[in-house]
Amino acid sequence: MSLSHAFFAIIRRDLVLALRRRSEIANPLLFFVLVITLFPLGIGAQPHLLQAIAPGIIWVSALLAAMLSLDSLFRSDFDDGSLEQILLSPQPTTVLVLGKIIAHWLVTGLPLLIVAPLLAVFLGMPSHSLGILLLTLLLGTPVLSLIGAIGVALTVGLRRGGMILSLLVLPLYVPVLIFAGNAVQMASAGLPVDAQINILTSILFMSLVLVPLPVAAALKMSIN
Amino acid sequence: MFLIPDPVGRFFHRMASPPHFYAFTERLMPWLVSLFVLLTVAGLYGGLYLAPADYQQGDSYRIIYIHVPSAWMSLFIYVVMAIAGAIGLVWRIKLAEIVAISSAPVGASFTFIALVTGSLWGKPMWGTWWVWDARLTSELILLFLYLGVIGLYGAIDDKRTASRAVAILALVGVVNIPVIHYSVEWWNTLHQGPTVTKMDKPSIHVSMLIPLLLMALSFKFYYLIALLQRTRTELLLRERNAQWVKTMILGSKQ
Repeated sequence: MSLSHAFFAIIRRDLVLALRRRSEIANPLLFFVLVITLFPLGIGAQPHLLQAIAPGIIWVSALLAAMLSLDSLFRSDFDDGSLEQILLSPQPTTVLVLGKIIAHWLVTGLPLLIVAPLLAVFLGMPSHSLGILLLTLLLGTPVLSLIGAIGVALTVGLRRGGMILSLLVLPLYVPVLIFAGNAVQMASAGLPVDAQINILTSILFMSLVLVPLPVAAALKMSIN
Repeated sequence: MFLIPDPVGRFFHRMASPPHFYAFTERLMPWLVSLFVLLTVAGLYGGLYLAPADYQQGDSYRIIYIHVPSAWMSLFIYVVMAIAGAIGLVWRIKLAEIVAISSAPVGASFTFIALVTGSLWGKPMWGTWWVWDARLTSELILLFLYLGVIGLYGAIDDKRTASRAVAILALVGVVNIPVIHYSVEWWNTLHQGPTVTKMDKPSIHVSMLIPLLLMALSFKFYYLIALLQRTRTELLLRERNAQWVKTMILGSKQ
């Protein structure tokens, strides 16, 4: 089996598995919507206040939704032993792991992009910044899946990995949050955001290249 | 190993063996402690007594002699931890693994001290205990990274596996620290720029600089002492079934 064939086979397998268990797609999405609904209830519904903090709210909620969905990345494969088969296969683990992460993003990250504009309108964000919000989500959420994969790979062997996972992963999410939130805020104010977008793009490509290495090493460690 | 002179190579090879390391550090410890005490007394005397008061901040700037060296140590120890972790990961040297994990609590303490002293210094200078300033924030995130390392090590039962997990996490963190630092820097800044590392002419007076460097050196020695003590304890714990530990403990009882 050629490398690209194995890569696409693993993406296809994970997508089929996710389609058979649709709650896995719906849960992070519902969480995302619910958390954003809680903010106006908690801080009051003054339009100018909501408008000012909308980029931050949307991005922090996306971060938490990504965190919540991470556990499903390797959990079921670890429990039924197919993770061991993936590690034993002749193809390089890094490529297969990258396939799994991409499938995970397609299932949990991409749907956020579809509901985000709606929620941005709820929070009264100016319509000219919606495009930038979508662009930051498009560039940023794959990074959340990628970096999160390191944390999951390190904790997948543990019975109570949930709390420790957030401690490992959230500090590493800081740069994405800063640049993405800043870009949307600047765009709302009508300022250019080329620099932030360029940096987000470079973070995305850097993590696409670098992240599979520690993930593969951590999975090998978690298995034995 | 062709670049390293033979005696140096032999020294490191011997040091990687737990019994040799244990005996050698036992002999080393009094020297380290006396150097540490000497440097601390000299640094504090110079800093708190000899150095003049600042023309703007008065005497309250003197917290710098604790604050700045701890902040330096917080980063230094993280890098040491990552390097030791990488050595442990690649060559499976037990001692390097133990050094990596023993560094984490010391580094976390220095990070905490830097945060607390920074907060105490910020109150009279900026009028507030905490500001979301770039360096304070990245120091806080560094503390979370340390706590993540300590938490992960505690969560995994098998300590050899835990050491490898910690090494991977520390290496990921070390790649991320510059990114986090610069992103936070860009995000917001109130803290003064670096004053010592400007190579051409430090913008701090030499009578204040010398005690600061002495304190920085003394903190390095403190780290070395704390690290060696932790390493020795952890070594005894992990090797408790080994023959050399048994003969050492039984031998000292007889």
